[in-house]
Amino acid sequence: MSEDNQGILWEVFLQPKPGRPFKHVGSLHAYDKKMAMTSARDLYTRRGEGKGIWLVKSQDIVSSHPEDGEAFFDPSNDKVYRHPTFYSIPDGVKHI
Amino acid sequence: MNHNLFNYCLQLGDTSLILSHRIAEYCSKAPHLEEDLAITNVGLDLLGQAESFLKYAAEIKNDGTNEDDLAYRRKEKDFKSIHLSEIPNFDFAFIITRQFLIDAYNSLLFSKLSESNDETISGIAKKSIKEIRYHLQRSKEWIIRLGQGTNESNKRIQNAIDELWMYTNELFYDSESEIELSKEGTATLSSALEKEWRNITSRTILEAGLSVPENIHYSLQYGKDGIHTEHLGYLLAEMQHLPLLYPDAKW
Amino acid sequence: MDDPKKLAEFQEKIDADIKIEPRDWMPEKYRQNLIRQISQHAHSEIIGMQPEKNWLTRAPSIRAKKILMAKIQDEAGHGLYLYCAAETLGVSREQVLNLLHEGKAKYSSVFNYPAITWADMGAIGWLVDGAAIVNQVSLQGTSYGPYSRAMVKICMEESFHQRQGYEVVVSLAKGTPEQKQMAQDALNRWWWPSVMMFGPHDAESAHSNQSLKWKIKRESNDELRQRFIDKTIHQGEILGLTFPDPDLKWNESTGHYDYGKIDWDEFWNVVKGNGPGNKQRLNHNIAAHEDGQWVREAAIAYADKINSKTKTA
Repeated sequence: MSEDNQGILWEVFLQPKPGRPFKHVGSLHAYDKKMAMTSARDLYTRRGEGKGIWLVKSQDIVSSHPEDGEAFFDPSNDKVYRHPTFYSIPDGVKHI
Repeated sequence: MNHNLFNYCLQLGDTSLILSHRIAEYCSKAPHLEEDLAITNVGLDLLGQAESFLKYAAEIKNDGTNEDDLAYRRKEKDFKSIHLSEIPNFDFAFIITRQFLIDAYNSLLFSKLSESNDETISGIAKKSIKEIRYHLQRSKEWIIRLGQGTNESNKRIQNAIDELWMYTNELFYDSESEIELSKEGTATLSSALEKEWRNITSRTILEAGLSVPENIHYSLQYGKDGIHTEHLGYLLAEMQHLPLLYPDAKW
Repeated sequence: MDDPKKLAEFQEKIDADIKIEPRDWMPEKYRQNLIRQISQHAHSEIIGMQPEKNWLTRAPSIRAKKILMAKIQDEAGHGLYLYCAAETLGVSREQVLNLLHEGKAKYSSVFNYPAITWADMGAIGWLVDGAAIVNQVSLQGTSYGPYSRAMVKICMEESFHQRQGYEVVVSLAKGTPEQKQMAQDALNRWWWPSVMMFGPHDAESAHSNQSLKWKIKRESNDELRQRFIDKTIHQGEILGLTFPDPDLKWNESTGHYDYGKIDWDEFWNVVKGNGPGNKQRLNHNIAAHEDGQWVREAAIAYADKINSKTKTA
């Protein structure tokens, strides 16, 4: 049967409202940037889900490796001083 | 009843109605899945525009007629769609070219109609123009893609442009209702859009590495006057099938 | 063979309801099982566009046409989300489409039945989508992350589909006697195929046990089927329609409806491709694919041109 000509895979990130972070919503196939953009609009904003679109070719995404999980992420578990609840504040002090 | 306004609304609504029907026929047949969804959005926009204009036409008629009566119980000779919208989906090149030529026309027409002194017409136009600009962006990109793609796609899209060009003549024909309504600032003369339309379409066609046909063929009579291509009769026979077969039924 | 230690760790994750992501280790059978199920599911969405498309150009009002068009479009979208989910497991869209076109992949048999009247647009939305939703709601909890996320999105979008179908049935049931007859006839034809959509009884289901253990499926065929029947009966009865099953009755002691014997011969016949629509549906999809070949080639050629231009610039 035919060779692979379904285009390349893109990841779609949507910004629900101006000022909000972009969030991954899914993928699509397209052949060039312009087509990827119109397809993303037609596919992922049919119900007004977004006001901004980012597109990344799937092959260009750099991702952490699950096998590295423990060595990579666990060291931050004991650094509670990065969270505001670590600190005790005298009673009655406000706006901090 | 304001006959000119009624006829003008039919003219605007019918072209969108018929073109959206052609797109509906294409459902599940696009070259890839993403395009199936994308072109359906265009069809839905057009159907929405048709609905708005036919609703307004029904209001003007003011005898209990509604937009569905106008779409589903009207005779072919009373339709005012332009011939270009009636051309069947011969292949993707025809579909894109038909769309591109009409999108370019509509983008000019509807931006003028946004300033109509008839509030309903300007309201519909203001909403539609956003949709139409996007349709034009999409169809333009496809013309360029196919023109610059492979030898085969270049040949096919050039062929579609050549074959469909004769129907573009009608775009700039001023119907009676247009002439009358443009005097009052309600409508806009189609003939006034020609120069800019030629600029827009030529620019894209040339960018795509294609050539602009010389306009030697043309329709003898026009859809705006109720004289149609052979294709419309079949389209209506299918579209109007249920309401005609069950005249008393509501759906 | 899969490493037993890894296998045990994998099962622990599954048991703890931790989602499996594309780059996580997974047993080869888990991967294959998922590819099969997700691509079947995707094909069903895509082939499922056809029975409805058959009436799109004859929809009897502008409103009905808009709704049906948007619904078929959603189905294309759902197929697309699912093809993308399958792709995360290492199969390209082209590969799964080729398997479909070669007749090697299955899709839900219900779409091989013909849609012969406008009332079928009601029955398909109400019953076929109704059954699909029961299944899909359950699958939101599937153990494979991308599949689960696709299901959440699909369920959100599907919520209007069943209502659309039911609305068509309601308007027919309340219409002229001829329309009511049309609705009853559609219910008669689509009821059993919808009940069969959940697949064979649990005792005869080839893939069920392993799928449940790995939480690819969260509930068994029979559990889901019962839920569908229980929620659907009164929706029909309230409209004065009857179901084509003389054994259908409320069972006080189980709190469920009892239902009659399913004609599995018919089911397997249609699955094996002997149904009226199998060939027609597949040929339609193949023809569209082949007609689009030159367009896809052109799009690739154009993209190559753009890329080489930006590289030399």
